[in-house]
Amino acid sequence: MTAFKSLTQAGVKGFVRDKATLFFSIVFPLMFLVVFGLIFGNSGTNKTKLGVVGDGPVVQALNQTGVVDFQHYGSLDEAVQHVKDGDVPAMIAESGGTVTLRFAASDQTQAGVVQGLVSGVTDKVNLAATHQKPVVNLDSSQVEDSSLNAIQYLTPGILSWSVATSAVFGAALTLVSWRRKQVLRRLRLAPINPAVVLTSRLTVAVTLAVVQAAMFVGIASLPVFGLKLSGTWYLGIPVFLLGILAFFSIGMLVGSFAKTEEAGTAAANIVVLPMAFLSGTFFPLDSAPSWLKTVSNVLPLRHMNDGLTDFLVRGKDASALLVPCAVLLGFMLVVGFIASRVFRWEDA
Amino acid sequence: MTQHPDRAEAAIVVDGIRKSYGDLKAVDGVSFTVSEGEFFGILGPNGAGKTTTLEIVEGLRKPDSGTVTLLGESPWPRKVSMLPRIGVQLQASAFFDKLTAREQLETFASLYGIGAKTAGEYLELVGLTDKADTREDKLSGGQRQRLSIACALVHDPDIVFLDEPTAALDPQARRNLWDVLRAIQARGKTIVYTTHYLDEAEILCDRVAIMDKGRILAMDPPATLVRGLDAPTRIILERGALGLEEAQGITGADDVTEDELSLTFTTRKPAPVLSALAEKGSLDGLQVRTATLEDVFLSLTGREYRA
Ligand SMILES: Nc1ncnc2c1ncn2[C@@H]1O[C@H](COP(=O)(O)OP(=O)(O)OP(=O)(O)O)[C@@H](O)[C@H]1O
Ligand SMILES: [Mg+2]
Repeated sequence: MTAFKSLTQAGVKGFVRDKATLFFSIVFPLMFLVVFGLIFGNSGTNKTKLGVVGDGPVVQALNQTGVVDFQHYGSLDEAVQHVKDGDVPAMIAESGGTVTLRFAASDQTQAGVVQGLVSGVTDKVNLAATHQKPVVNLDSSQVEDSSLNAIQYLTPGILSWSVATSAVFGAALTLVSWRRKQVLRRLRLAPINPAVVLTSRLTVAVTLAVVQAAMFVGIASLPVFGLKLSGTWYLGIPVFLLGILAFFSIGMLVGSFAKTEEAGTAAANIVVLPMAFLSGTFFPLDSAPSWLKTVSNVLPLRHMNDGLTDFLVRGKDASALLVPCAVLLGFMLVVGFIASRVFRWEDA
Repeated sequence: MTQHPDRAEAAIVVDGIRKSYGDLKAVDGVSFTVSEGEFFGILGPNGAGKTTTLEIVEGLRKPDSGTVTLLGESPWPRKVSMLPRIGVQLQASAFFDKLTAREQLETFASLYGIGAKTAGEYLELVGLTDKADTREDKLSGGQRQRLSIACALVHDPDIVFLDEPTAALDPQARRNLWDVLRAIQARGKTIVYTTHYLDEAEILCDRVAIMDKGRILAMDPPATLVRGLDAPTRIILERGALGLEEAQGITGADDVTEDELSLTFTTRKPAPVLSALAEKGSLDGLQVRTATLEDVFLSLTGREYRA
């Protein structure tokens, strides 16, 4: 077995067998995702409830808009009663060529929304039935973050945060503990290139991050949370990898200074936690004050977060790769260079 | 120094190395040469500077001044090409987190391009086969020590550095290790080791250096050191085996002392004293102690040897 392979294997085994680290790097962030996902689950979805009786082309078309939440009822009378009781703002019944819409005028906004929606859809169905080309084509799509379902920004955010945390802690604590336990000196005495040791640790970090990402996306895609990956999600891969590299080098820097595991943990937290709050990990930065947005622009986590959001859920094209990749690469090079300068094989 | 091997066949040449930590002179002008195939011991009390000396020779530390030549080259800065030829057991064992004994050894072996099969053999050599699947943190102190030694030997180095390899070992394991080390030496390898056990150094080493406070006080084959001391032999009996006055009357006894447990003769002519005692039939609890490295240490430093 090559030195690289066996060191990587040793790293993975050491990690997997350490229950506490395993918990904090995989289960703990997932708990964040689940809790936030459940709390904010519906806040971003402004779906209008609509009572429905029967079926037909208009009901179908309404369903396809994805903005209404159907409540099926057995009869027109029953549905109207629910509207009167305020359970649903409006109801629609379709049978044959007739569509009946009843709404509660007490809720004017909702009533307006439902009326507009239903009449729009009905017009469309009518037009389609005439087999004529529409005179005006409407091209509409959403542009805002706030229109993203909560899970859509939570997943890239918490994923970036947990991957960044694991990379920083993994690099820092390995370095500190290897130095303290003399493993570094022992490695120094073996005929092995330090780059091999480094890349093997990096491989462990990437492996962990990929596992984290798979679990995150897998769980977030469950129907309860409802994550929908965009078609360009794979463009997130370079952002993801560069992010790991950038945070790994931050961890190396922390590990070069810290003398004990405790100090390393504290220092890594000081680096990562504030960054998480300033980078839109747990909430979008749309409504944050503008100075905060400016500050967050210098943080690598912000760019990893934005980059992943762009590709995982916003479906941006490759041109959006430039900024996050450049920033993360820059961080990796600068911090990595400093870390290699201050690297010590042993204390004092 | 009685041996002055040619530089060509010298495995290690250390010349006037010094290392200070603040005001403390941990190593204060140490010079020695170890020839190929030699078993060289460094002895001395805690803080004497043994580990520091060893680490400078291994290339782990840079001396403040002085030079080291290891296999014809300076070990500082790190020279990857010479590393496969040296094996080092550090005083504090260095292991990867959470790996079993076998995995540790296999990982270290792989750094030298050595396969798992050889690693298994070395595990057996240090008697850890039944602990192969035990994790590093669940091994006893002596087992860790043995594993650490196996890690130093697994790539069959030409020069082996062992820092107190027998420190935590039980008597059985100590003797096993002696056999292992002798076998390695028999294959022409060079061994440099530190120990607190003077008796062990006498048995194993071709030459020992006695260190104290960063300096080498004496360096010779153990027998030469002991002989050079010209120390008297001590004959010890159980107290009450003989009256003190009667004992003092025995010819050849230079000095007789008595404490709660024993009666001790100090003599330069042990033979007549022993035969006189045998005639009297009073040999209860007999022990004969000739001078040891312990006495050498005492006479060099004026202090009891307290390891
Ligand atoms: N990194 C260090 N920083 C400061 N002082 C040190 C350092 N390493 C060793 N010393 C000091 O140098 C002296 C020699 O230490 P060294 O470890 O070489 O002794 P030793 O002979 O190996 O002792 P022992 O038998 O206890 O292993 C000691 O007084 C020790 O306190
Ligand atoms: Mg020591």
